[in-house]
Amino acid sequence: MSAISREDLVHLAQLAHIEMSDAELDKMTGELDAIVGAIASVSEVASSDIPATSHPIPLTNVLREDVVGQTLSIDDVLLNAPDSDSDRFKVPAILDGE
Amino acid sequence: MNELIKLSAAELAAKLRAGETTSVEAVQAHLDRIAEVDGTLNAFLHVNAEEALAVAAEVDAIRAAGGAEAEALHPLAGVPIAIKDLIVTKGQPTTAASKMLEGWMSPYDATVIEKIRAAKLPMLGKTNLDEFAMGSSTEHSAYGVTRNPWDLGRIPGGSGGGSAAAVAAFEAPLALGTDTGGSIRQPGAVTGTVGVKPTYGAVSRYGAIAMASSLDQIGPVSRTVLDSALLQELIGGHDPKDSTSLPQDLEGLVAAAQTGAAGDLSGVRVGVIKELQGEGYQKGVQARFNESLELLKNAGAEIVEVSCPNFKYALGAYYLIMPSEVSSNLAKFDGVRFGQRVLPTEGPLTIERVMGATRAAGFGDEVKRRIILGTYALSAGYYDAYYGSAQKVRTLIQRDFDAAFEQADVLISPTAPTVAFELGANDNDPVAMYLNDVATIPANLAGVPGITVPGGLSEGLPVGIQFLAPAYEDARLYRAGAALETLLEKQWGHTLISQAPAIDTASIAQEA
Repeated sequence: MSAISREDLVHLAQLAHIEMSDAELDKMTGELDAIVGAIASVSEVASSDIPATSHPIPLTNVLREDVVGQTLSIDDVLLNAPDSDSDRFKVPAILDGE
Repeated sequence: MNELIKLSAAELAAKLRAGETTSVEAVQAHLDRIAEVDGTLNAFLHVNAEEALAVAAEVDAIRAAGGAEAEALHPLAGVPIAIKDLIVTKGQPTTAASKMLEGWMSPYDATVIEKIRAAKLPMLGKTNLDEFAMGSSTEHSAYGVTRNPWDLGRIPGGSGGGSAAAVAAFEAPLALGTDTGGSIRQPGAVTGTVGVKPTYGAVSRYGAIAMASSLDQIGPVSRTVLDSALLQELIGGHDPKDSTSLPQDLEGLVAAAQTGAAGDLSGVRVGVIKELQGEGYQKGVQARFNESLELLKNAGAEIVEVSCPNFKYALGAYYLIMPSEVSSNLAKFDGVRFGQRVLPTEGPLTIERVMGATRAAGFGDEVKRRIILGTYALSAGYYDAYYGSAQKVRTLIQRDFDAAFEQADVLISPTAPTVAFELGANDNDPVAMYLNDVATIPANLAGVPGITVPGGLSEGLPVGIQFLAPAYEDARLYRAGAALETLLEKQWGHTLISQAPAIDTASIAQEA
């Protein structure tokens, strides 16, 4: 398994929406390399005849009646918003260069 | 030290019922203790004095009035409790120990909090943790480390170091924790307290800020096995708001703890997991573990050795599955609807760049590491090799458990490979930090329940003994755990926690 290069990390940080400084990128490249090295052993035993388990306790899908339950008031919802305008969340521009 | 704070939850509850003390006195005694020692320990991120005293006064008034309402009080009514700050509460801030949620006030209560309110347990406050529960030492909190009451230079374990330290330091008789890879049990082990990870789904996770949804579980933290059983019976049960909640209630937990406390394990088969001892486990830890086995044998238990050959892959599988789920669960912290919003210092002001700046400023290093690692494990070209393989290992670990539970009723191992290490010891070595959870992680991957009970001291620091049981069989943990607790205390002539040194509040500068 290939290690994570600095270029890979730049790409991953973009995907994860985390801005990273050069110093952070340098430090984390080494750390991730060590972590991936320590966990890569899982592929040793994962042969094709073994089914995957996504969830520890098998449960079937849970449905409920389509009725209105307890909901939060607009005031409660907007209480923690970084910015809002009347009854809405206010966000910066979605697209660059208006 | 006020004698009220030394009581177990069950003892305090009995005194409250008998009218020998009041809930207001008990809550005040714990608040006084927090005021005395928490500037040094930093177990609490928020102290909820006013509301706790009001709830206590309400319970006292109901008891004083007598009648049907007093009769209907929950057995733990009036007994104070501390809440891990990963669990959302109305009226108190919830931060997950992250800058991202600084000042955030939940508009709703977690289901476990609703149950605690309904049973009228005064909530003392919110306890410290590793940011978003990611860590094994509580050093990754954005609000400062919590110190181990046994040795102020050492870690209290993690991620629930605050809850464990609060209970160990007599700041609270009960606390709530969450356990994704050992975050209740490992802090319990290194602070000489009891902690239980129930069967996955036995306690609702609605309102626990999600870290890794297929692994997370809320559970009790206490100083005695009986107290954990009492608390799990209170917080457990089906919850329609959590679609992974078990349909059935797990019953008989308190009764099992009471049975176990007689110290007789005749006919109980205890399986020693070959792979969770020896190399990597400190000598003192192994010695206390072996002594516990001897006691269990003398109490009638049949000791058998079981092999779980795939456990050696558990840590690898965990550090693929958990970060993958983390990268998804923490995507919601985007600076739009709640939490911090940080604007980029230069360039165009678009939502994408605001997200990048917000998450850069709001998350600490360990959280960033795990999000990036999860993003990597889930990315095209690596998914099968990493996430896919890890899910197969999960199947193998479940099979190991199935085979082991054919030979044994409960399994046993040391809870953690070492005693509490010194603050800062693993700062630059995330892999070494991850190894702390080697014995606790298999239970989360398989969904089975686990308990840690104090097993003695090594070089003056607590060692934890872990029992594991099949899914739904949490009662077996309480029976075995209470039996070992009784046997050890009989041998020592005292509880382990009574041996904890006085907290030297002068040695560490008050941080608050």
